[in-house]
Amino acid sequence: MTAPRTLYDKIWDDHVVHQAEDGTCLLYIDRHLVHEVTSPQAFEGLRMTGRKVRAPEKTIAVPDHNVPTTQGRENPEQMPEESRIQVAALDKNARDFGINYYPVTDIRQGIVHIVGPEQGWTLPGMTVVCGDSHTATHGAFGALAHGIGTSEVEHVLATQTLIQKKSKNMKVEITGSLRPGVTAKDITLSVIGATGTAGGTGYVIEYCGQAIRELSMEGRMTVCNMAIEGGARAGLIAPDEKTFAYVMGRPHAPKGAKWEAALAYWKTLYTDEGAHFDKVVTIKGEDIAPVVTWGTSPEDVLPITGAVPSPESFTGGKVDAARRSIDYMGLTAGQKLTDIKIDTVFIGSCTNGRIEDLRAAAAILKGKKIKDGMRAMVVPGSGLVRAQAEEEGLAQIFIDAGFEWRLAGCSMCLAMNPDQLSPGERCAATSNRNFEGRQGRGGRTHLMSPAMAAAAAITGHLTDVRELMGVEA
Amino acid sequence: MDKFTTLTGIAAPMPLVNIDTDMIIPKQFLKTIQRSGLGKNLFDEMRYTQDGKEIPDFVLNQPAYRQSQIIVAGDNFGCGSSREHAPWALLDFGIRCVISTSFADIFYNNCFKNGILPVVLPPEAVAHLMDDARKGANARITVDLEAQTVTASDGKVFAFEVDAFKKHCLLNGLDDIGLTLEKAAAIDAFEAKNASLHPWA
Ligand code: SF4
Repeated sequence: MTAPRTLYDKIWDDHVVHQAEDGTCLLYIDRHLVHEVTSPQAFEGLRMTGRKVRAPEKTIAVPDHNVPTTQGRENPEQMPEESRIQVAALDKNARDFGINYYPVTDIRQGIVHIVGPEQGWTLPGMTVVCGDSHTATHGAFGALAHGIGTSEVEHVLATQTLIQKKSKNMKVEITGSLRPGVTAKDITLSVIGATGTAGGTGYVIEYCGQAIRELSMEGRMTVCNMAIEGGARAGLIAPDEKTFAYVMGRPHAPKGAKWEAALAYWKTLYTDEGAHFDKVVTIKGEDIAPVVTWGTSPEDVLPITGAVPSPESFTGGKVDAARRSIDYMGLTAGQKLTDIKIDTVFIGSCTNGRIEDLRAAAAILKGKKIKDGMRAMVVPGSGLVRAQAEEEGLAQIFIDAGFEWRLAGCSMCLAMNPDQLSPGERCAATSNRNFEGRQGRGGRTHLMSPAMAAAAAITGHLTDVRELMGVEA
Repeated sequence: MDKFTTLTGIAAPMPLVNIDTDMIIPKQFLKTIQRSGLGKNLFDEMRYTQDGKEIPDFVLNQPAYRQSQIIVAGDNFGCGSSREHAPWALLDFGIRCVISTSFADIFYNNCFKNGILPVVLPPEAVAHLMDDARKGANARITVDLEAQTVTASDGKVFAFEVDAFKKHCLLNGLDDIGLTLEKAAAIDAFEAKNASLHPWA
């Protein structure tokens, strides 16, 4: 009998190519996702050393971070010169090295973490890496997925492996069910609020519990997406029937006998009874409220019914950090969160740019108009999400409400393309980072769920979506 | 990659917690396809006004700290995005060592790939070194990777932990890829086994 193992232990064990005496492992990588911003220097490194991509068939490239999301973008003239060079470099690298590639002209193009699962590249039990910290998203399938730096991108391209030391195991259990108006985004933000942005450092988190089981695959991706914001190397959710149903029939999912073999293996991917976790956090699903961030760190989370805290309510270095945040955000301690006025609403990103997110926002917006003077945009996570939303009539709801209906990409999540906030502009965003300047220099970001962002678009201030839904807080 | 053995230099105090990679190098500088040249934009939005003038209060703009080779930082330095542009920018400015109580995981790894040593020390030690750093050019801090120690200007010595493999690579300026390619036979064997066990992968 082997000792009981966690899901993370199992995936890890199945990918160790070599283990050194000090425990450093060479880990095999099943899927490598590549985008235009963190890869040019890696491909350049390969060229300089005369190395090849070891497994081009396991490598998938898509431009997403700095592509424009406005119509006519196939025309490179639309892009600022530097962005154009970067996208052209990805184009050339993908062709020269023979890797799978979805250019902007392909309807399957989109944010790398949305495209991977959508095309069936991401499968349970795999190791998935990308030169982007939100690679944790793929953990929703029970895949060990994490972000890497450019030197590591080059390492994976050349060797299909990564040098790694094993992290510790952390369990985050969300018991019971969520209340109406509370979503996956509220779970993931609340967990970070409870553990802090460094609470997961050194760990791989497994999310479990009834509330997690009850989430759709889209919701699970939202939860795992922000594992990195809690400092964790990766977030994982054990695969189940929902996972298998999502994967089945996707272009790169196994078929026929291979499907049966895969399924049999995937069903062994769960944490054994009695397996050891180094850290356990339990949160009651019923206790989670719709939340927003008030500061410039994703840990600055409060229920929408709360007020801006006073810096003195913190301890240590956080006192100064909170003072700086409140100042940057242009708020005052004690101010009610629902009194904070919003200029811009951004719905999209790898956290909340999937079809279910658009449905949730559209459900709130149906038959309503956004506040006068409000700038609002929806940026679907992929061309396919966009097409589906058009087919379901969601696009029309957004357009009728006064939203811009964009093409797929990262867009205002990190504002590398022309979609940016101006200094002092305040945005309700469904993305994952509220750092200073993240959405544009001097821009102020409040993170929240798509339904909450839609509510803010209508009222013009941070709003408890439950009021618009007619459910009790 | 440059070796890192010992370093004696001026340390800039940056006590703010959660200094993220967006602060270290804002996204508008990620459009480069090179590794070099990012030093002038290190901490860009904290360091310059909107119209490009230096903000005199910012630590690296102060005469005493313009030649800093070390940063003593608040908790959780380097959190956020995986951008390796952050260590590239630090390196290009001349920073070879960052000392904090904790680092974000990806940033920590990225440092080692670029000849930068991130040193984790307990809060009291970081506080002591932070005070030292505040003395500017009058206080030089010495970091010795072989011995795994940091010595403050008053001679106080703090020992730190570092992974043996990472230390070896940094001391010798080794390229990981070359080392891994020496294990090509093991990778071949893994792929062969995997093709029969997990043919869908
Ligand atoms: S949507 Fe935002 S967080 Fe996600 S990959 Fe793009 S830039 Fe990164």
